[in-house]
Amino acid sequence: MLRALKLEPERCTGCLQCEMACSFENEQLFNPSKSRIKVFNFHDDGRFAPYTCTQCAEAWCLHSCPVEAIVINARTGAKEVLEDICVGCKVCTIACPFGTVNYNHDTGKVQKCDLCGGQPACAEACPTGAITYVDIDQTGLDRMRAHAQRSLGASA
Amino acid sequence: MGWTRNVMRVNLTAGTIKREPLNMDWASQYLGQRGLASKYLVEEIDPKVDPLSPENKLIFTTGPLTGTMASTGGRYSVVTKGPLTGAIACSNSGGFMGAELKNAGWDMIICEGKSPKPVYLYVENDHAELMDASGIWGKSIWDADHILHARHQDPLIRIAAVGRAAEQGCLFSAIVNDLHRAAGRSGVGTVMASKNVKALVVRGTKGVGNIKDPKAFMQAVNAGKKVLADNAVTGQGLPKYGTQVLMNVINEIGAMPTRNMREVQFEGASKISGEAMHEVRASDGRANLVTNAACFGCTIACGRISVIDKNHYTIVNKPQYWGASGGLEYEAAWALGSDTGVSDLEALTYANFLCNEDGLDPITLGSTIAAAMELYETGLITREHTGGLELKFGSAEALTKLTELTCRGEGFGRDIGLGSKRLCEKYGRPELSMSVKGLEFPAYDPRGIQGMGLAYATSNRGACHLRGYTVASEVLGIPVKTDPLVTDGKAELVKAFQDATSVVDSTGLCVFTTFAWTLNDIQPQIAAACEGDWSLEKLLEMGERIWNMERMFNNAAGFTAKDDTLPGRLLSEAAQTGPAKGKANDLHKMLPEYYRVRGWTPEGEPLQATRTRLGL
Repeated sequence: MLRALKLEPERCTGCLQCEMACSFENEQLFNPSKSRIKVFNFHDDGRFAPYTCTQCAEAWCLHSCPVEAIVINARTGAKEVLEDICVGCKVCTIACPFGTVNYNHDTGKVQKCDLCGGQPACAEACPTGAITYVDIDQTGLDRMRAHAQRSLGASA
Repeated sequence: MGWTRNVMRVNLTAGTIKREPLNMDWASQYLGQRGLASKYLVEEIDPKVDPLSPENKLIFTTGPLTGTMASTGGRYSVVTKGPLTGAIACSNSGGFMGAELKNAGWDMIICEGKSPKPVYLYVENDHAELMDASGIWGKSIWDADHILHARHQDPLIRIAAVGRAAEQGCLFSAIVNDLHRAAGRSGVGTVMASKNVKALVVRGTKGVGNIKDPKAFMQAVNAGKKVLADNAVTGQGLPKYGTQVLMNVINEIGAMPTRNMREVQFEGASKISGEAMHEVRASDGRANLVTNAACFGCTIACGRISVIDKNHYTIVNKPQYWGASGGLEYEAAWALGSDTGVSDLEALTYANFLCNEDGLDPITLGSTIAAAMELYETGLITREHTGGLELKFGSAEALTKLTELTCRGEGFGRDIGLGSKRLCEKYGRPELSMSVKGLEFPAYDPRGIQGMGLAYATSNRGACHLRGYTVASEVLGIPVKTDPLVTDGKAELVKAFQDATSVVDSTGLCVFTTFAWTLNDIQPQIAAACEGDWSLEKLLEMGERIWNMERMFNNAAGFTAKDDTLPGRLLSEAAQTGPAKGKANDLHKMLPEYYRVRGWTPEGEPLQATRTRLGL
C-alpha cells in the first residue's frame, strides 16, 4: 500500500521536532535550516502549519530536471533526488509550485522530502499527531468520519 | 560532546568581539548553562560590583542539550549579578533563541563593559558584529522586533531584546525573545540596557551535532518523550491548561497569595484560571485561549496563545493588541490578578501583553502594584503621588494604567519600577514588601506550603519557586507526597529539590519536564550526548556544587544568614481561611536543620569540609 504524509495544522504546536528529525535523518545534525519539512508560525492568528512536498503524481520538479536527477521510487511513490546526478541548476526549485524543493549550498545539490524510504522520521517524531503517514488513497478518512459523526449526532 | 566549545567574548567598551575555546575543565564540573555560566561569572567579576556598572558582566548561555531533539531542549539562560537583589541572577527562557544561538555555533556569549552608544549584537554563524541601535532605542520590544526583521530582510532571525522599561531603569526588566518568551526575573534586562545593548539578533544554520553516541542519544530522547506523553501533568494538564492548571488547585489548598499576601485564598480565582481561558466569551463568541504552543523541541507545549476581546476597554482603538500573542501563565495570572485583587481576565491578559511588549517581570510588577495598593490604603501613597489614579485593590483600571506607565518609565510608573522593596522603603513601610533578598514571591503562599517558606528564604536569587519547587511533593505528590502543613523533613526536601533543579538548569532542558521526569530520565540523555563521566551521582554532586558556589558568591557580596528570612507577615500573621487556617510559616523550625544538612555553619557559610568535598 502506498502511503502519504498527512498534515493536520490544527494539531501542530510549533515545536519543530519534525524539522530536527528530518535534518538528523538526512544530515546527521539537528539543524532546522536544513530540514525538508518546515513549520510556519502565523503569529497573530495563533496558528502553526507544517508543510512539505506532497509527492505530486505529475511532478513538475521531475519533469523540469534537465539531467533526470529526480526519479520516482516505485515502492514509496516518493520523488527522490539522485545526488550523484544533480548538477545544482535549481530549475526544479523554480518549477515546483509549492516551494518544497530547495537548494543546499553546502552540498551544491537540491534537496526535497523523500519520505525517508518509507519511514518518515518527521511523522515518528511528531508528538501531537499533526504529521502522520497514512494510506495515500484515504488521507481524508478522519475528516469524513468526523463529518459523518456530526451528521448522525453520534458520539465516538 | 553536546558543546560547540565556542565562547564569544564581547567587549562593549572597546567594541571588540573575540572567540575563545570553552573551558572544558569547568564544563566537566558544571556541565553548561546555569552552572557553567555561573562559574564564569564568579571567576570573572567582583561579588561586590555594582550590578548596573560596566564592571558587571552579562552572559547568554546554552546547555549541552540546547538545540538537540531532547524534548524541551531549547533553553538558554542569562547569568549576571542582579540589580533588584544584588545577588547572583540566573534567568531562564524558552522560545527559539537558545537553539538558534547553538545552531550558530556558540555555547555562550559573555558581554562585558559598556558600549558608548546603543548597539545590538548581530550573530550569523561565525560572523558577529555590534550594530547601531539608534533606530530601535526608545522602541518597545515588539516594535524593535518588527524593525529588525525588516532591516535584515530575514524572517528566520531570532531576536531577544529589552524594552523601554529597561532603558528607563526599571529594576525588574526582562529580556524577551520571540515576542513573548522571557528571561523574566531579577532584572537581567536592566543590566543589558545599562550596557547600552538593545538586542541580540541571531541566525544559525550550522546545526547541532557532536553527539557522543547518536544511537544511544536518540533512544534516551525517545524514552523521555514517551514518559512526558504518558504523564497526566505533562501529557494532558499542561498542554490543555498550561501552568494555569494550578490556579484552582492552589487556591483550594489555601496557598494562593491574595491582596499583597494578606489572605491565602482569592474569591476570583476561578474567573482567571486555565479553565476560564477556555470559556467562550458572550461578547465576541471567542475564548481567551486560541491555542497552546511549544518552545523549541518541546513535546509538552504548555505555552498559552491568547486573544483579548476587541470590545474590552483596554484595547479599544489599539489594533496592535488585537492579534493573538503570549497569554497568561499561572505566575502572571496570580501576580497581576489575585495579588492585586483583580479578577478581570481580559485586563490581566492585556497587562501580560504589555509585560511582553516592554519586558517586565509580571511577578515583581504585580507584587509591587499590590504593595502600592496597600500603601494607598494606609494613606502613605495618595492620589498626588499617583497622578490622580485610585490604587484600590481590585481595580483593573489601576492595574492596567500602572502597567502602561511602568512600561514607559513615566509618572508613578517610575516608583513601581523600583520593585516592592525600594518602593515600600521609600514610603516608610518596608515590611509591606513581600520579598526575600529584594525579589518578590511567586504564587505559592508559604503558610499553606511550609517547605516553600524554606525554599524562598534560602533561594540564591531571592524568593523564587524555580530554585526548589517543593510544591511538586507537598501538593502534587511528585515524586512522593509530603504534608504541606508540617515542617518535618522539609530541610532535606528543599535541599534535594534545589540541587536537582541546579542540574536541570544546566542541561538546556526545561524544569517543567520534572513534573514527569526525575534525574533518572535526564541522565541517560546527558551521558549519551556529552563526553566524560555523567553518572547520576556525579550530576547530583554537581547540583550541590552549583548551589554552594552561588551561595558563596552571595555571601561574598554581603548577604548573611539574616537575609535567609521571610517578611514578618508570613512568619506571624496566620492564614485566616482554608486548610492552613491558623498557621504562619514555621521557618525557624526548618532553617537550622537546613544549614546542617547543607554542611554549613549556623551562620549559613559552607564549612571547609563541604567546600573541599565539592571542589570549591
